[in-house]
Amino acid sequence: MTQSPRRTFLKGTLAGGALVLAAASGWLVPRRVEAAEWNKDAFGAKKLEEAIQALYGTAAHTPSGSIKLKAPAQAENSAQVQIQVTAELPNVDSIAVLVEKNPNPLLALVNVTGAEPFLSARMKMAQTSDVYVIVKSGGKLYSAKQNIKVTVGGCGG
Amino acid sequence: MATERATKIRTKTQGGVTDVLVLVSHPMETGQRTDPKTKEKIPPHFIQKMTFMLNGKEIASASLGTAVSKDPLIGIKVKGTKAGDKIKVSWSDNMGESGSEEAAIG
Repeated sequence: MTQSPRRTFLKGTLAGGALVLAAASGWLVPRRVEAAEWNKDAFGAKKLEEAIQALYGTAAHTPSGSIKLKAPAQAENSAQVQIQVTAELPNVDSIAVLVEKNPNPLLALVNVTGAEPFLSARMKMAQTSDVYVIVKSGGKLYSAKQNIKVTVGGCGG
Repeated sequence: MATERATKIRTKTQGGVTDVLVLVSHPMETGQRTDPKTKEKIPPHFIQKMTFMLNGKEIASASLGTAVSKDPLIGIKVKGTKAGDKIKVSWSDNMGESGSEEAAIG
């Protein structure tokens, strides 16, 4: 592949962006490991508990009514399931979303460093499953879950 | 050349809270599908990292897995923004592709 000017330009801006990022956050404030890199072990985990363990070093979490998970009870299109998570907890560090019965349960991990503890996304679901939200707040893990039914054949039941 | 992957940002401020919605045109291949014609596995190709910056300061960073839907639509919220504040979103995938987009809050 030939090097087009656009490629080079992209690379240039990327390197610049990384520098700014490092300057803004990396050197002055110690960052948690989970924030820095894409967590291969957690995303590659095949079991719910393994994924939570790989993310946080513990799989113990307390159910909390302060985490609102908005998702359909029944998904008509398993490739586009809309979810919305709001954590009404103080000092939220991160929000993780996991689909228990997906081949790799971990869907996403968001580290919150100024934004509100909120996340919306669309996800793929292999089959009917519980969806877990794990919120790290004040060093503790809190969770909420909801079952989402996937209708085979996509007829909407 | 890799295909152009459009990154779009939409913001809406209401009651002091700004919704930031990001849409990236990306296949988000899981690596579990098989090409119906060649019967070969389609390799995974998905966005791994997404970073949100407000006026150059990181406000959220997301790690994504393969289960995020094709053409990901990711939303976050941020408080206390002013009109004209800059939201910048950058992403990178497992094949080394990346993109970013900046938008001013209206």
